[in-house]
Amino acid sequence: MIQSVAAVFKKEFTSYFISPIAYVFIIVFLVGTNFMFFQPFFLINQADMRNYFNLLPWVFLFFVPAITMRSWAEEKKSKTMELLLTWPISDTQVVLGKFFASFAFLASAALLSLTIPITLFIIGNPDPGPIIGGYAGALLMGAAYLSIGLWVSSHTENQIVAFILAWVAVFILMIIGHPMVTMKLPSMLVPVFSYIGLFTHFESIERGVIDSRDVIYYLSMTGVFLFLNTQSLGSRKYE
Amino acid sequence: MNPKSTPVMLTVNGLNKKFGQVHAVNNLNFEVRKGEVFGFLGPNGAGKSTTMRIITCFIPATSGNVLVDGIDLAVNNLEVRRRIGYLPESTPLYSDMTVREYLTFVGKVRSLKGAKLKSRLDEMFTVCGLTKMASRQIGKLSKGYRQRVGLAQAMIHNPDLLILDEPMSGLDPNQIIEIRHLIKKIGEEKTVIYCSHILSEVSATCDRILIIREGRIVASGTPEELTKGHESGSRYTLRVKGEKSSIESNLSAIEGISNIDINDSLKNGWHSVQIHTTAKDDIGESLFNCIVKSGWSLSELRRDQTSLEEVFTQLTRSNQ
Repeated sequence: MIQSVAAVFKKEFTSYFISPIAYVFIIVFLVGTNFMFFQPFFLINQADMRNYFNLLPWVFLFFVPAITMRSWAEEKKSKTMELLLTWPISDTQVVLGKFFASFAFLASAALLSLTIPITLFIIGNPDPGPIIGGYAGALLMGAAYLSIGLWVSSHTENQIVAFILAWVAVFILMIIGHPMVTMKLPSMLVPVFSYIGLFTHFESIERGVIDSRDVIYYLSMTGVFLFLNTQSLGSRKYE
Repeated sequence: MNPKSTPVMLTVNGLNKKFGQVHAVNNLNFEVRKGEVFGFLGPNGAGKSTTMRIITCFIPATSGNVLVDGIDLAVNNLEVRRRIGYLPESTPLYSDMTVREYLTFVGKVRSLKGAKLKSRLDEMFTVCGLTKMASRQIGKLSKGYRQRVGLAQAMIHNPDLLILDEPMSGLDPNQIIEIRHLIKKIGEEKTVIYCSHILSEVSATCDRILIIREGRIVASGTPEELTKGHESGSRYTLRVKGEKSSIESNLSAIEGISNIDINDSLKNGWHSVQIHTTAKDDIGESLFNCIVKSGWSLSELRRDQTSLEEVFTQLTRSNQ
């Protein structure tokens, strides 16, 4: 049981590093995020990570669909899915294996970006709370994005389509709770929308406040989309 | 082997599969016994792959049930999957992995570990002739080697039932012979279902054959039973030298001949004659006597066997 999940995890995780795309994305991610941090650092002599975490949801909007786009689309296109799903491994195990692999990949990118807080601790004396909270929140939010991306990828055999649709899906869930949208809604729907929105929950986390409601939100978001993923595999509507 | 006394490996009962309006599999019923090499034959689009995908739990059936080694697929499909080794039609493999990585991965998914996994890997490398290719990337292998990796993948857990869907497609004649030997060797101990649209492949390896068309069974039996059962008269080919008109009249006097076809395009007065008979009995002797009596020269007298090939074409031709 665990061994099968671990086997899928290992296979998926190493396959990220076989293709050059992974390296390109990690580099773009690191250069981008470091730029976001070091620009105010040099320009206005400000060294905090507020800006950095502020922009992270938007960076993830591009980075995460790129991680998940191939995971099912490729299996469908090369028909390897026909073998994978006839091995004695349940759909849930495969989905979990793939999810944890993509999460580990995202986490390794986050790990490499730890150079920024390390620099901060060397040159100054920052408050560790918001930084730890920010990273924890980023990983939680990332998990939710990843599960959405994986679910989308299970509906197409085209990686580019998977990327774009995942981008759109995440984007809609991000802005749905934004004041820009909720302003126009009847007032009774506002709390619902802002609860569903991915963005609202990250705002408090990036301030360094980890609220159990936000944690539960991200975990249940992840759970729901992973469940939908097993459902879309179960239907197998192709010849 | 006595087919009646051996236990049943696979039972398919009233199997149906519809894709929208298309009735891909239409009320299939058959049994495969342990230790059989079972040929599943039909033209392209007859429903072979669909049936195999249902048996391997890849897609659900619309109705009907499937039992593998007595276990109902609808009740415990993980247990069924453990007993099956499957090589799908297009041999889908992860091309970015090496052969060893890939087979290790499959072994682990199939709950093999440690020394057991290692010994199975070594055995697969030897049996499938992959030892030299172990650290090659699958994407860079030739079609023949990919096919072997596919077979190794299907056999790594030593399955009771091996399902091979078009295992020879894209192989050259030498590779076909090799893989055929391999399948025969496996078939000595294991149950093998072998899908193909090429009859000669199946008749060379299989103990029993099932022919389907448009999702229905049209014939089943051993290769011999199939040829016998569908013989309608026999066919003779003669090559004689004589007057065309006398050949025609003298031959048609023989009893049991339904049709004579004379080809006189040959040189020096030779004629090639095709004779169809209504009876299944041998009329060779009366033909020979007739030729001697008429005083023709004879250079060929041959009775053509109804080949499985003909049976297959007869059975699978569309009705239109």
